[in-house]
Amino acid sequence: MLSPWIFGFLIFTLGPMIVSLALSFTRYDVINPPEFIGFKNWALLFSDPLLLKSLQNTFFFAALHVPFAIAIALALALLLDQISRGAGLFRTVFYLPSITRAVATGILWLWLLNPQVGIVNQFLHLLHIPGPGWTTDPNWIKPGIVLMSLWGLGNTVVIYFAALRQVPNELYEAARVDGAKPWAQFFRITVPMISGTLFYTLVINTIFALQYFTEVYTMFFRGQESGVSEDALFYVIYLFRQSFEYFHMGYASAMAWLLFAIIVVVTLVQVGFSRKFVYYEGAS
Amino acid sequence: MAVAPESRPLPVPRVAEKPMERTGDAAQSARPRMGGNGQILVWALLVILVLAFLYPFVWLISASLKPQGETFSPSLLPQPLVWRHYVEIWSAAPALRWFFNSALVGILASVAVVFSSALVAFGFVYQRFPGRDALFGLVIATLMLPQAVVMVPKFLIWHSIQIGGTNLAATQVPLWAGNLFASPIYIFLLRQFFLGLPRDLFEAAKVDGANPLRIWWSIVLPLSKPALVAVGIFEFKSSWTDLMAPLIYLQNRNLFTLPLGLKAFVDEFGKGGIQRWDLVMTASVLFTIPMLIIFFLAQKHFIRGIATTGMK
Repeated sequence: MLSPWIFGFLIFTLGPMIVSLALSFTRYDVINPPEFIGFKNWALLFSDPLLLKSLQNTFFFAALHVPFAIAIALALALLLDQISRGAGLFRTVFYLPSITRAVATGILWLWLLNPQVGIVNQFLHLLHIPGPGWTTDPNWIKPGIVLMSLWGLGNTVVIYFAALRQVPNELYEAARVDGAKPWAQFFRITVPMISGTLFYTLVINTIFALQYFTEVYTMFFRGQESGVSEDALFYVIYLFRQSFEYFHMGYASAMAWLLFAIIVVVTLVQVGFSRKFVYYEGAS
Repeated sequence: MAVAPESRPLPVPRVAEKPMERTGDAAQSARPRMGGNGQILVWALLVILVLAFLYPFVWLISASLKPQGETFSPSLLPQPLVWRHYVEIWSAAPALRWFFNSALVGILASVAVVFSSALVAFGFVYQRFPGRDALFGLVIATLMLPQAVVMVPKFLIWHSIQIGGTNLAATQVPLWAGNLFASPIYIFLLRQFFLGLPRDLFEAAKVDGANPLRIWWSIVLPLSKPALVAVGIFEFKSSWTDLMAPLIYLQNRNLFTLPLGLKAFVDEFGKGGIQRWDLVMTASVLFTIPMLIIFFLAQKHFIRGIATTGMK
């Protein structure tokens, strides 16, 4: 019964991992046979300015997306938890954008963020704030992308809302009897009780952010065209271009392993960090 | 059979869903909720936020109904209302073909992943053998592996297979065939569900001489419909919105799925192209609507699945 997975694991995961690692030491363009070049691809990782740029862009994006997504999703879930009727309906609306998150989102936000006709700048204009060039100004392209990515935070809201509803009422009752203020109840009861969920969404959202691709690719890239904005060049976009647009399969394989290593390290750091903060029921 | 299949809720989400049904109950009154003016403030905030979340959808639909050249006019009300783009779109691009391709790939991907993952998940629940838990740990560990690592070798595998003079890497097969070998996240989700089924049922069937496959097919699957549906729609969603795999494999315009078609469309008719953003917006609406319909039909499954697994 396990055979489909075992077969699939060997053919589509373990096998490819070994091949990918092997390819990272070669020059390979699919047409000509791979040529062994030692550590050249790996050395190039540390001297390729575009790779460095794409790493910076990706970290910048993740560093903004993850905390904002978590904080805003938690705020929305707390608001939903405040009302007794209609919470389900509101939750549905918050969730909607995340199911259609893809090419159409990229197209749509290209215009919502448009410096002249976009709603974002029109709104800022109402507040007498001069709107930046979200899709044109190198300094504002990534914050614009963060704004777009936050539209899709609905699934994190769903997760938090479910977690909040599981916090036992008895805890709040006891706290109230002891005279705890609402903010104390939030930090002493709510946060510890959902800390497992918070940690989980931290990990998931970080892995997601480090591999953000579709919307940004749709907005700012087109085929092999060069001269597109380097400020929107995210790591996976660069990886995709190296492999399937320039057919530098060897270099792309080394890049993929670097991404894997980054994800593993970041996740391990988060796990280590969580040991201090996450409360598990029943654990001592 | 003791339990009617439809009456079984997902075991894990039950915990998450139950308190919601108690809303308005006395038990809820202990929650730190604002009263009076506080409630009004919360409602006002929620309504504003909900409108902000809905605005992009409304804007998109409105833009698709505005006359050509006025796509980006500030008003949300199209004047006059123009339906022409919804006719024109079908001849401007092989949109119907792309639509059909996406539906076909999505259905194949879902069906393949549902049955294979259910089989493997049941194996992890039913069969006892040394190292089983370690093997399951390995399934979970593969969740961390970025697809980028296996992307190139997978392409090479499909590229090396020729069937009847056609290179498989140039067909839609790679977009779904990998799903025949089960997917870790769904193995995890379905295993959770199967663990909640009464083991006595399996044992009784075994005594009656049913082999494991038969138990899987005639007992486990019928009892697990809600979970299977959840897995199916999650996979359909991710197949429907996937751009990366179609970008890698599909060159022939007639084989494009909707996301790739839409991308080609925006490059051609929008950016640097002939500036028919009205058609681009119409195509985007047509891409979005089917997912929204599926979502409303299967909302319960979506929400439960997310609350359980945190699926992206």
